[in-house]
Amino acid sequence: MNGSVDLAPPPGAPGPLSSQSARVVALVGNPNCGKTALFNALTGSRQKVANYPGVTVEKKTGQLTTPGGRAIRIVDLPGTYSLRARSPDEEITRDVVLGRLSGDVTPDLIVCVADASNLRLALRLVLELKRVGRPVLLSLNMMDIARKRGIDIDVEKLSAALGLPVVSSVAVRRGGTEGLLAELDRVLSREMAHQPSDWHAPDARELRGTQREADRLLQLVLRNEGRLDPGTAKADAILLHPVAGIVILLAILFVMFQAVFAWARPLMDLISDGFTWFGALVGSAPLPEVLRSFLKDGVIAGVGSVIVFLPQIIILFFFILLLEDLGYMARAAFLMDKIMGGAGLHGRAFIPLLSSFACAIPGIMATRVIDDRRDRLTTILVAPLMTCSARIPVYTLIISAFIPDREVWGFVGLQGLVMFGLYACGIVGALTVSFVVKRLFWRTTAGEPFMLELPDYKIPQAKSLALGIWARALAFLKRAGTTILSMMILIWVLASFPTPPEGATEPAIDYSFAATIGHAIEPVTKPLGFNWQINVALIPGMAAREVAVGALGTIYAIDGGEEAAEKIGQVLTGQWSLATALALLAWYIFAPQCASTLAVIRRETGGWKWMAVTFFYMLALAYAAALLVYQVATALGAG
Amino acid sequence: MPDQTIFRHRTIALGDAPVGYRGLIVALDMNGASDAGLPGSELERRLIELGFVEGAQVELLHQGLFGGDPIAVRVAASTIALRRREAKAVLVSVGEGVP
Repeated sequence: MNGSVDLAPPPGAPGPLSSQSARVVALVGNPNCGKTALFNALTGSRQKVANYPGVTVEKKTGQLTTPGGRAIRIVDLPGTYSLRARSPDEEITRDVVLGRLSGDVTPDLIVCVADASNLRLALRLVLELKRVGRPVLLSLNMMDIARKRGIDIDVEKLSAALGLPVVSSVAVRRGGTEGLLAELDRVLSREMAHQPSDWHAPDARELRGTQREADRLLQLVLRNEGRLDPGTAKADAILLHPVAGIVILLAILFVMFQAVFAWARPLMDLISDGFTWFGALVGSAPLPEVLRSFLKDGVIAGVGSVIVFLPQIIILFFFILLLEDLGYMARAAFLMDKIMGGAGLHGRAFIPLLSSFACAIPGIMATRVIDDRRDRLTTILVAPLMTCSARIPVYTLIISAFIPDREVWGFVGLQGLVMFGLYACGIVGALTVSFVVKRLFWRTTAGEPFMLELPDYKIPQAKSLALGIWARALAFLKRAGTTILSMMILIWVLASFPTPPEGATEPAIDYSFAATIGHAIEPVTKPLGFNWQINVALIPGMAAREVAVGALGTIYAIDGGEEAAEKIGQVLTGQWSLATALALLAWYIFAPQCASTLAVIRRETGGWKWMAVTFFYMLALAYAAALLVYQVATALGAG
Repeated sequence: MPDQTIFRHRTIALGDAPVGYRGLIVALDMNGASDAGLPGSELERRLIELGFVEGAQVELLHQGLFGGDPIAVRVAASTIALRRREAKAVLVSVGEGVP
């Protein structure tokens, strides 16, 4: 899926600018320099988000026409402090800047974007970019903030000292990019000769020398150093306070969590009802039985079971992007680093793992904030162990059917306690697995150092936020539309064929491949206390965990599907022992029962390998847990 | 705020400094951070890329709840979060001209 997604095909816009004639301008800059805001201001909705071939680094390009009528293609490159690439994202920046990536991204001009209120590190990057041999333009962004803080930069002197054109810009204000656009016109109209690159990865001595040179330049051009951002200092006194900071973080997370669950619910119900209605409509259409079932149970139910997560993903990314734009995300990583580090995880793994309580899919997508590949892989591996919302229907069904509704210790409901225990098992499991992975797989105790800049707080821009959410939602739908849908169809085939013979009395699924598989694996699942009916239900349950509830209903021939959960519960109480029920709960904590999650892991890690690793380690854990629970419970007389 | 007179003219590792410490970077010494998560040459380059260069002014602004780790350090005009383990490679001193 390396094709591009058109964010907003401009209806009736003047014909698309041909990429042959368009000049390519690459935006490079430190993290948090406002590069993306500038990109958004320059291109508006005329953006494309895709992946660079073979890697999962986002490739963001956009079109713009300068006041002088020049067509420009802008490439927004991942933020970096140096061309000395340390992560896949930074490798892309290096390769594009050096012109090593063939295709449509070889830049005619490099625009280095710098935060005018924090020039020191940016100037070192500019000096490094000069060695690449391509024309460079320096854009001092966030000039408004710098001025407000009394920082006074002699732009002309800086331009003369660097030997480069320098402009100032305010990405977030209307007209704030006029100076930059005019300069682009001026620079691109000239004949641009590329010098041969004399860039090489600098060693510590060279880096130190370049930073000294940058510091010298800074002293030369800063007429007034200004003061530190007083707002950030005041906010950090509270938000980074060792105790208050963590309390506030937990409060923010609580609100976020509530929102993902509660605000999304009505929308999810609406989408779910919509697909059910549409499925019923197709189900009553005058079509051949097989086609009707394929459309209703395969395509519509399959797509619906994925799209239903869209509201959660949008709300979650609203919060993530909001906190990121505010500058708070780096602080959250700071506060959680020690706790996460104990389990071998990076401070930045915190938000993705938390998101996974709603759904592992947005959680895994959110691991993009982790720079180090190993840290990111570890987080992706354990994210599906967090108790996602799709497990809740299964947990609720079994708990309400088998766990007596009484109180223990006088005030705690036993059913709630079991639910809590299931969540706790998931968390402990995830932390244990990451700990083991870190020690055994990567064979390292130290791990990637935690080093990141805490940017000044900024007021988020609604437009930037909206564009970010839109891009994430589209990326999710595109994934849902391809890999996930094909898995859904496979599962439908397994559950529907062969069709029952004439005069069959049992439910149709009893004659299907799913039933054959269910019977075949019975010897394997017998030590877990699973009968073949459970085995069969686990197969459509691969589509989405909660589908198993409806499947159990089908197998035990109860009409009404999920709505009849109470009825299913009554039947199950008669059919299963307590040990079987507990074993199934244990199974569901760990089992890789979600095709969509596996598909997203494949996408995000760029291959089948890590998807397979996740599937088999989770399967092994689930089997061991269910075996242990069933055998212990049986020994205690619950069999 | 600790009594800063005891640090006057004494070189210490940034990783051992208390909250509120202000000083100048006098050297980067990778031997000080032998248990860091990176080989010395790489750690040194990353520190420089984040602005830890001899002569830069630093102030230890915040620390975490558990074991005072990680720390947030003002380096010239930016604020950098890092662990004390890695900050041990940064030698600092309260020199002349530091308020």
